[in-house]
Amino acid sequence: MSGLMVDARSVRKSFGSNEVLKGITLSVEQGQVLVLLGPSGSGKSTFLRCINHLETINGGRIYVDGDLMGYRQVGDVLHEMKPAAIAAQRRHIGMVFQRFNLFPHLTALENVIEAPIGVNKENAKDAKQRGMKLLERVGLGDKFDHYPSQLSGGQQQRVAIARALAMEPKLMLFDEPTSALDPELVGEVLNVMRDLAKEGMTMIVVTHEMGFAREVADTVVFMDQGLVVEAGSPAEVLDNPQHERTKAFINSVL
Amino acid sequence: MNEDDVVAKPLRHPWRWISGVLVVGVLALFIFSLYSSPSVDHDIIVKYLFNAQILNGAWLTVVITVVSMLIATILAVILAVMKLSPNPLLKLVASAFIGFFRGTPLLLQIVFWGYLGIIYPTLTFGIPFTDIVFIHGQTSALIPSLAAGIIALALNEAAYSAEIVRAGILSVDGGQMEAASSLGMRGGYTLRRIILPQAMRVIIPPMGNEFISMLKNTALLEVVAVLELYTQATMISAQNLAQVELLVVAGFWYLVMTTILSIPQRQLEKKYGRGFNVTTARSRMFGFGKKEVSA
Ligand SMILES: Nc1ncnc2c1ncn2[C@@H]1O[C@H](COP(=O)(O)OP(=O)(O)O)[C@@H](O)[C@H]1O
Ligand SMILES: [Mg+2]
Repeated sequence: MSGLMVDARSVRKSFGSNEVLKGITLSVEQGQVLVLLGPSGSGKSTFLRCINHLETINGGRIYVDGDLMGYRQVGDVLHEMKPAAIAAQRRHIGMVFQRFNLFPHLTALENVIEAPIGVNKENAKDAKQRGMKLLERVGLGDKFDHYPSQLSGGQQQRVAIARALAMEPKLMLFDEPTSALDPELVGEVLNVMRDLAKEGMTMIVVTHEMGFAREVADTVVFMDQGLVVEAGSPAEVLDNPQHERTKAFINSVL
Repeated sequence: MNEDDVVAKPLRHPWRWISGVLVVGVLALFIFSLYSSPSVDHDIIVKYLFNAQILNGAWLTVVITVVSMLIATILAVILAVMKLSPNPLLKLVASAFIGFFRGTPLLLQIVFWGYLGIIYPTLTFGIPFTDIVFIHGQTSALIPSLAAGIIALALNEAAYSAEIVRAGILSVDGGQMEAASSLGMRGGYTLRRIILPQAMRVIIPPMGNEFISMLKNTALLEVVAVLELYTQATMISAQNLAQVELLVVAGFWYLVMTTILSIPQRQLEKKYGRGFNVTTARSRMFGFGKKEVSA
């Protein structure tokens, strides 16, 4: 099982009596891209948040790069991890949000270097140099001293990607990264993500961008009502879906 | 110059002028009435305006205000975080603290701290049920009236400020906490570096108000004989019977101090406003609110 970056086994999650994830099993190999599809409310965001333990889970196990997330297993007994240990696990998992969630009081560069300096204790000079490189990589080298409110949505999302990359993650989670963008700004963000995939980053992407899924995904997973309905290559799931619900969803998105 | 350049006469604002004139007029009348009243002796006012006792009092007022406010702000952040924590015990303790200190008159609290020596003549700080004692002594010696006054003002203010800080923290978008966590930041760090700097924008204006209230409330310490401005003024007037004149002197210094202490607020608002672009309907409608992102 080396080579598996994400290994989720029968993950269950409830909010009160509302069971949102009813046993999700899926895995992502190192360097691969998994695109997660599903109607609104099917539990995609919740699942992503479980992977980096922003949500605790009620059942199952999630392993990232071989590490059990959020718990220590001693024999048959699970122990909750301390906040410090959970924070340490999260450092290796980058997350990009639908609404960017940049820190509005910090400039683009400050957003990128805040965690490397504050969390990883990297020295400020190195962090700045690396931060500038990352901003250049997402095409925003000239905007380093702009505040988020001075950037377009597409630019903000690219800064958010640079911010996540600054922690040198092993895995990137994208939760509908282009859903809040004006149509003409979607492409610039997808391009950055495409490049990232080419460079071998392991990614789980929740998106409705079928073109991106077709081109970049190694695996497409369709989820509905807290369950995996169908999984396979883009050709299998997108062009030749087996289940009615998958067909209906894909028709509605196209 | 193009033909279609906008060359328009600016909109007139007659009411600004009319209300301005009215305000100045009323103020002038009031000052004149004080000035012309036969029972107010202007020479006494002038004589005591820069009296050493008065100036010492004013200085002590500033010191008490600043120290109390500092303690109160630190306590307020702790209380706000306690109240927002998922731990029910911490929540309860914070709510009880806030309820108690907001629910009883400040004057009562000041007298209580001032008279602590009557309730507990001696105080001992040590580890209970052992012989280990760190401090032991007369209450009045350990907590002189100045300290009692500062404790009273700070605890009371902490209760009010806690709600202001809590509102500020709640005003920050939940996505900020999430983004910080996903980057591996921990609770305390996130609060300090991400949440509080943004909350400041909401916290500072009402805290400016609290600062000014605090400055004025120091006058209540007269009841426990702290030698601040108001106490000094009343002590002088008890001897020369020029009550009104000394009230004017004290009032003058309170105004000077509140005016000066309002200046840092603008600096702080500017500092914590960075990155926030608020060209909103509000700024267009009322002519305030920053048009540019300040750096
Ligand atoms: N914090 C929460 N508390 C309660 N219910 C939640 C919470 N987060 C999500 N849910 C519920 O979980 C379900 C799945 O939500 P979500 O994972 O956001 O779906 P998706 O991202 O696929 O649209 C929804 O019914 C939503 O109302
Ligand atoms: Mg979602």
